[in-house]
Amino acid sequence: MTTQLIKAPGGTAPYPRQPGRVGGGLLDPAMLVRALPDAARKLNPATLWRNPVMFIVEVGAVWSTVLAVRDPGWFAGLIVLWLWLTVLFANLAEAVAEGRGKAQAETLRRAKQDVVARRLVGWEPGAPVRSAVEELVPGPRLQPGDLVVVEAGETIPGDGDVVEGIASVDESAITGESAPVIRESGGDRSAVTGGTKVLSDRIVVRVTQEPGESFIDRMIALVEGANRQKTPNEIALNILLAALTIIFLLAVATLQPLAIYAKTGQPGVPDSVALTGDGVTGLVLVALLVCLIPTTIGALLSAIGIAGMDRLVQRNVLAMSGRAVEAAGDVNTLLLDKTGTITLGNRQASRFVPVGGVEQAELASAAQLSSLADETPEGRSVVVFAKTEYGLRERSPGELVHAEWVAFTAQTRMSGINVDGVQVRKGAATAVMRWVRELGGHPTEDVGAIVDGISASGGTPLVVAECRDGTPARVLGVVHLKDVVKQGMRERFEEMRRMGIRTVMITGDNPLTAKAIADEAGVDDFLAEARPEDKMALIKREQEGGKLVAMTGDGTNDAPALAQADVGVAMNTGTSAAKEAGNMVDLDSNPTKLIEIVEIGKQLLITRGALTTFSIANDIAKYFAIIPAMFAAVYPGLDTLNIMRLHSPQSAILSAVVFNAVIIVALIPLALRGVRYRPSSASTLLSRNLYLYGLGGIVAPFVGIKLIDLIIQLLPGMS
Amino acid sequence: MGTAAAGVVFLVSLVVVLAAVHVPFGDYMYRVFTSTRHLRVERVVYRLSGVDPDAEQRWSAYARGVLAFSVVSVLFLYGLQRVQSHLLLSLGFANVKPDLAWNTAVSFVTNTNWQAYSGESTMGHLVQMAGLAVQNFVSAAVGIAVAIAVVRGFARRGSGELGNFWADLVRTVVRILLPVAVVGAVVLVAAGVVQNFHGGTEVQTLAGAHQVITGGPVASQEVIKELGTNGGGFYNVNSAHPFENPTSWTNWVEIFLLLGIGFSLPRTFGRMVGDRRQGYAIVAIMTVLAVGSQVAILAAQLAHHGTVPVAVGSAMEGVDTRFGVPDSAVFASSTTLTSTGAVDSFHDSYTSLGGAVLLMNMMLGEVAPGGTGSGLYGLLVLAVLTVFVAGLMVGRTPEYLGKKIGAREVKLASLYFLTMPVLVLVGTGLAMALPGERAGMLSSGAHGLAEVLYAFTSAANNNGSAFAGITVNTVWYNTALGLAMAFGRFLPMIFVLGLAGSLAAQRPVPVSAGTLPTHRPQFVGMVAGVTLVLVALTFLPALALGPLAEGLH
Repeated sequence: MTTQLIKAPGGTAPYPRQPGRVGGGLLDPAMLVRALPDAARKLNPATLWRNPVMFIVEVGAVWSTVLAVRDPGWFAGLIVLWLWLTVLFANLAEAVAEGRGKAQAETLRRAKQDVVARRLVGWEPGAPVRSAVEELVPGPRLQPGDLVVVEAGETIPGDGDVVEGIASVDESAITGESAPVIRESGGDRSAVTGGTKVLSDRIVVRVTQEPGESFIDRMIALVEGANRQKTPNEIALNILLAALTIIFLLAVATLQPLAIYAKTGQPGVPDSVALTGDGVTGLVLVALLVCLIPTTIGALLSAIGIAGMDRLVQRNVLAMSGRAVEAAGDVNTLLLDKTGTITLGNRQASRFVPVGGVEQAELASAAQLSSLADETPEGRSVVVFAKTEYGLRERSPGELVHAEWVAFTAQTRMSGINVDGVQVRKGAATAVMRWVRELGGHPTEDVGAIVDGISASGGTPLVVAECRDGTPARVLGVVHLKDVVKQGMRERFEEMRRMGIRTVMITGDNPLTAKAIADEAGVDDFLAEARPEDKMALIKREQEGGKLVAMTGDGTNDAPALAQADVGVAMNTGTSAAKEAGNMVDLDSNPTKLIEIVEIGKQLLITRGALTTFSIANDIAKYFAIIPAMFAAVYPGLDTLNIMRLHSPQSAILSAVVFNAVIIVALIPLALRGVRYRPSSASTLLSRNLYLYGLGGIVAPFVGIKLIDLIIQLLPGMS
Repeated sequence: MGTAAAGVVFLVSLVVVLAAVHVPFGDYMYRVFTSTRHLRVERVVYRLSGVDPDAEQRWSAYARGVLAFSVVSVLFLYGLQRVQSHLLLSLGFANVKPDLAWNTAVSFVTNTNWQAYSGESTMGHLVQMAGLAVQNFVSAAVGIAVAIAVVRGFARRGSGELGNFWADLVRTVVRILLPVAVVGAVVLVAAGVVQNFHGGTEVQTLAGAHQVITGGPVASQEVIKELGTNGGGFYNVNSAHPFENPTSWTNWVEIFLLLGIGFSLPRTFGRMVGDRRQGYAIVAIMTVLAVGSQVAILAAQLAHHGTVPVAVGSAMEGVDTRFGVPDSAVFASSTTLTSTGAVDSFHDSYTSLGGAVLLMNMMLGEVAPGGTGSGLYGLLVLAVLTVFVAGLMVGRTPEYLGKKIGAREVKLASLYFLTMPVLVLVGTGLAMALPGERAGMLSSGAHGLAEVLYAFTSAANNNGSAFAGITVNTVWYNTALGLAMAFGRFLPMIFVLGLAGSLAAQRPVPVSAGTLPTHRPQFVGMVAGVTLVLVALTFLPALALGPLAEGLH
């Protein structure tokens, strides 16, 4: 279950998520209004020049303003107004996208109050704490390697690893999840984040961050998009847009001598609003240029990028670079850890197999009794299975006062109970069989066969046996433990396959067990008995074949592989080393999210491609509006091109300019939300998007410009 | 059989024969460029010129080879024309003036063969044979060599090397152009094309006047003129001259020759990248565009409005009765779809919409099938741009044949794509802005503008056909068009070789269900659409004031 990074006041529901579909953000009309001041600030040419397409529009708007002031009129005024609106709308798109991040950054900043750290001097982990000298230091002054002590109720002053102690920590400031988490020294749950709060106990933390580069600092920068770097694909697209802009700039500029020639060739034709003896009027040239250059995608490009990162943040995933988000869309191979990602955390009882004429119910009862003292997840699952399948009420150890409990230990590998002269044991097959033999019993052949059969199918057999006073021990039956594959995983992997992504399951299990689970879950391949170096080798092998690999990891062991992978998602519960090595962090520590990350990456690219196609396709209709408006006066034949039958040259040109501006605002929600994406093959996706945005992009402006013309012709100055 | 039906049979028979020939011929070229063996004559050439044909070149070295060879060729050709009066077989013609010599030298080296002069009254036999005819071979071979280098860019797996320019050049001439040219010349001679060294034969016409008819090595030059998509005629009227193109069936043969290499190279491409379907897709794109253009021009020429076309049923003006309107239209369309520029009818006399189709053919960048080699690499650049936008729509960093299209690739493809429109638009704009140059126009109004637009479009695309109707043998036009030809040829070559270099350095990404398929009809339609839309968007304003203003009513 994902929660929103920041819960909005009033508790907005968490992000709605349907399986297999990347949802998007919502656009509140109020956000548009709130973003207006920011949009106006962005008119500053010093910042706008970074967007060459819109910069040209602004230059055009300035020039046409000068022209309109020198020669005022309704037509000139309206054109100038809409040119400025075009620039403003483009800025609005970016401002709205940034605005959503700003609100989140604000909340994060509140979490990052300046704290005073209690630094330990002259103390090494393991030494008695009393030997340490404490000094108070402002949090921002802490250096990597410093040791600080944090006690219940205090805020952790910086990112680091717990080197001593165990504590429950409230990490809601960054994850939005209110349930506390346990952080302890050693192992894979040692990382703590500055700005989170210790709720109980006392820990000593070794600071790992540089001053001012804490996780929260980076989060704030990310969600604000303050130092957003253009991603490789965005750069490539910008180059294409610049090239198109240059072509249209030239096409429009070189039109002038041609137009002058055409006009002087026909001295009898009176000057029109578009064409005089000096050529096409400046105002109309600017209008033509603005309509032709790819303003739609130029206006929305950066908003699409910011919104894509934002969609990840809303799923509690922090991408350290936009490059990683794009790489996620390109991934060919997903490495998924079995436990926690494909299967539920632990093996669970799934079947009781009685032997030698024992009743099912008797076996279930014995299994349950002998598991009550087994606190391992496997033991608990036996009790739960007995209850759900055989209706056996769970008995608590307190009920059987005179019973002697035998707890499960790693040495005996058995648990059980001695009560009323009966001993019941349940545990690993070899351990229980030995126990039976020691007590004079002789397990029958079929027990061995069942045990082997379960092992062969990838399950784990647990043998249940009892020994009544005076009789030899005997085996009652076998409990079949197996990994339970999470619901819906098979479908998810099926989708991945359709998207052309290969899934590889990583597990420490033996190949037999691994294969059984791999088959059940429907992954394409598996790596059994995997050690960290095997994982690394697998990644390198895939990459050598030109493939991009994504994986999740949390342990320090995983760090090299996370760094090697093209997309490495570290779990927030993991170690600092893992978080440093990966290029994304999942605050929910949910490994399944890798699949969603891939989908978001793809959606980001698709949105860019779709709007670029739409933007270019729009130009066709604009030509049909503007070319006849400019030249039908000298060459009446060109009026054939006026297939929209627009009211007048003035209304035609203005309609095209208005459409060009309005379409930007109309597409802001799409840019922020991303286009609809369903996992499917490339050709299916392409057909759909091509029809929608290619064909749609050709048709939509014909309709739009005609409709605008119907209204605009009523304005003064249109005939 | 009606006129239109005859035209359709003529066209369909071309399509059928080309479809049959492109497979074996493409396979043959594949073997030529992948063979590791050198012929004895090739070894002699390598030893004399001191090159190591087995040394692999990176893109920059390959491009340097192309440029060095071309610069030397221009200088040689320029010198030859400037001193021709002192040479053998000059037929008594004077030295060619500097601006015309520059224009002609650039024109033949760039495979344009724009002729601002009349061949039979300007150039002697030695210049024709040792200068112009040689360039007809090698300029075509340079185009094919570059195309093959580009294909290697797609095929190579991370080496960054594109082959050896000198080996590609020599092999193209020795193994492809010469053998076909010899066979073709024999066929043409058999059909009545002249091949002699006669300076001029004086005859008395039926009306009693004296006429001097220049003979010469016509057939040998005619065949490479078409095969190498050169287009420079021995005679001023080019393939409309009965000595160059005597009958209706030589007309068919000439069209077949000028389309042959262009339509076969995609097969070579498919073989070299190891996936024939990719080659079929490219040839399908070419075919869709070419057939569309042929249908459009036939429609325009056979059913145009206007007093005369309506009266005689088709636009007969400027058309030789030997060929008729449809066959001439097919020739005109083929010569502009390739970068040939040979003509067997007078393009200036075409109906305005027919003229617009010819202009559009060139404005497409001559990619259907285009000049020898240049058509293939031009279309591959368009495919790269299409893949870039369409590839995004499938949610991956776009890739073509497993090679990622990133910022560098888009930059080089965009530069390639920008060059031609810049040259055409700036050239036309300048010519129209300079009053002196406008005076060179013989027609006024929209038609005059179309003539200037055609001249620059033809030069920048290295086509070489002329709309005529303007006086282009002036210092300004000779210089400006010469520059347009040189930049229009070599800038795109440099960009596309750079693109190939960066593709060759990449290791291919394996194909998966998430990869945009580039061999399906969907992709064919998309590239054809992108080509048409980009051209329409770039040139529509200029076209509107030229042929469209004239043709729409």
